[in-house]
Amino acid sequence: MTKKLAALSLVAGMLAITAPYATAEVVLPDAVMIDDGEVAKSLTGSAGNPENGRKVFANRKQGNCLACHMNKDLSEQPFHGEVGPTLDGVADRWEEPELRAILINSKIALSEDTIMPSFYRLKNGARTMDKFDGKTILSAEQVEDVLAYLKTLKEE
Amino acid sequence: MHRTGKKLAVIAGAFALTIGLASHSAGDPDENSLAIEGETIVTDVKAPADSPLEHLYSGWRFRASETQSLQTDDFENPGMVAVEQAIDQFAMVDGSEGKACADCHADVSDFKGLRPNLPRWDEAKSKPETLEHIINECRTERMGAKAWKWEAQEMLNMTALIGLQSRGMPVTVETGGPMASVWEKGKELYYTRVGQLDMSCAHCHENNYGKMIRADHLSQGHINGFPVYRLKWGGLGSIHRRFKGCMQNIRATPFKRGSDEFIALELYVASRGKGLSVEVPSVRN
Repeated sequence: MTKKLAALSLVAGMLAITAPYATAEVVLPDAVMIDDGEVAKSLTGSAGNPENGRKVFANRKQGNCLACHMNKDLSEQPFHGEVGPTLDGVADRWEEPELRAILINSKIALSEDTIMPSFYRLKNGARTMDKFDGKTILSAEQVEDVLAYLKTLKEE
Repeated sequence: MHRTGKKLAVIAGAFALTIGLASHSAGDPDENSLAIEGETIVTDVKAPADSPLEHLYSGWRFRASETQSLQTDDFENPGMVAVEQAIDQFAMVDGSEGKACADCHADVSDFKGLRPNLPRWDEAKSKPETLEHIINECRTERMGAKAWKWEAQEMLNMTALIGLQSRGMPVTVETGGPMASVWEKGKELYYTRVGQLDMSCAHCHENNYGKMIRADHLSQGHINGFPVYRLKWGGLGSIHRRFKGCMQNIRATPFKRGSDEFIALELYVASRGKGLSVEVPSVRN
């Protein structure tokens, strides 16, 4: 009985996860076109949630952006990395379509040699672990949420 | 009394290290110099002509002063416990032939000069060999004892003891002759992007050493101090264990310890540190 309940709630949970993808027109990773370093349209068809984007940004198992970037807005978190440029005022320096393209595939949007991971691409480095192989680091929603958050990082 | 004197020296040393750090800008290796038990350890040296780096720095130079000071004194170095154990192992009879290491190798200091040249070509077997192979060859072929696993405590103890005999000597691995193709393979692996995070060794350890990646200060990734006592591990670990950890961090399926790939990578990475002193057993965080 409890097993059945658990199974039911699992199904309900999966529905909840897949529901946004089923209803909104999510652009799948292989269908994304980066045009001159820009992706103009939202991957989900709507604007992201900056509060959630802030969480994804800091989460070590999701964006883990602080591993490489400093960001004063997250000064409550210790140990900001120095590998990439600081993201203070990043919204003053880049337009939304540029930032979206960088998040999706830094190798096309920034440089072939960049250390930055490509967060919305199916094929990554050699020997990718089975559990990550053929998967994007972030979901379309998470990319849009991080993007919405980056747009709040203004200094001017 | 002697012990107290040592403690004081360590405290003084740590104080000096702190001053060195404070006057140095973040991002670079620090300016500290390492001497262990009065012996100078070369922790930076001009890179060889064929190196992609201009100057080589031991990983010791990227560590916090507290971690650095643990390596300046063998009483403080937690890796020396393993060395003590290995001294016992060295004299212990094991296997069907009734032999101990000491029966053939009267003094462990006979191994001085071995560690800087590894891995090297094994003529008899026609393949490269590491210190682990050399130890196990003795055990299985001459002692009639079981081979130790790559990461077994006994193996780590013994590689630490044998490595220690060469402490202070410069790394001088041979990369030509029969090792040339192994070196090429290691180099290719070094520059290959792996894992979902899509990075090669070079992205961190060649292009970004000296910078912080979250709480870690990126080093040049030299292996002159292995086996290393890592505070994070609470014990000694092998070169191949460290390679595995790096690959897992970037979400790649690691090669196995002792695999041809890791042996090739070991040779290539060792060659990038030519001229740095052997520091076995080093201490890192």
